[in-house]
Amino acid sequence: MTFAAPPNAVHFETPLLDYHLQWRTGRVTLPLRTDEDVVGLRRQVRERAVAIALSLVDQTKLVTAASELARNTIKYGGGGEVHLDGLDDGMRAGVGLLFVDAGQGIPDIENALRDGFTTGGGLGLGFGGSKRLVDEFDVDSRIKEGTAVLIVKWKR
Amino acid sequence: MERIPILRMGDLLLVTIQVDMHDRLAMQLQDDLTERIVADNAKGVLIDISALDLVDSFIGRMISNTAAMARVLDARTVVVGMQPAVAITLVELGLTLHGVKTALNVEKGMALLGKNFQ
Repeated sequence: MTFAAPPNAVHFETPLLDYHLQWRTGRVTLPLRTDEDVVGLRRQVRERAVAIALSLVDQTKLVTAASELARNTIKYGGGGEVHLDGLDDGMRAGVGLLFVDAGQGIPDIENALRDGFTTGGGLGLGFGGSKRLVDEFDVDSRIKEGTAVLIVKWKR
Repeated sequence: MERIPILRMGDLLLVTIQVDMHDRLAMQLQDDLTERIVADNAKGVLIDISALDLVDSFIGRMISNTAAMARVLDARTVVVGMQPAVAITLVELGLTLHGVKTALNVEKGMALLGKNFQ
């Protein structure tokens, strides 16, 4: 039997947790443990993207990036959580996603971002590919402590 | 267990993906299709993804693998109905579905597989 992680149950202290703090309009935290959690996240991200009237292409890019990174959190990070943030910088609205796990960390981020690089038998497109799909991308990873990946998409 | 239905029409297998697939469901479909190609002696597989609003690297790999397995089993695969936003995202992600035949809609997909239903 498995239990869903309560919010903020992942112990990886990262400055990324406070990204764009002054622009945040709300935060929802969801557990990432199972395949179904990934599908649930995709649905929630889509709803957020529609709510701030992102174009269909931008919605699709954001949801796809979210799907890739959520899978990474589960597969490589041993599960974790995602913070789903509403953003508004006074000029435009945005959606931010912060994926956090307390797993093994990424030894070589440069390599991990390269297309075709994989340690998990996948295509190696998830990490580097996701970066291309969003407006902002940041990673904080420390060996044996955890990984945090941030993506933001702004309304054009 | 949850499954995506596979229809047989002559020597073709037809699949319409209408749900947001989680990873296990995608793998199940890949296995089911491969088994059905042999069991039904199918010569073609048509996968309609017009209802999918997302194809990420996992689903993309499932589609590529299915096409490759079908080819080894002497069947051809055509993927039809990809939404424009999905196509743009796939290419930007770096996924080109190498070796997979595509068509804009079911009718054109059927024609690619050598079937005409007028």
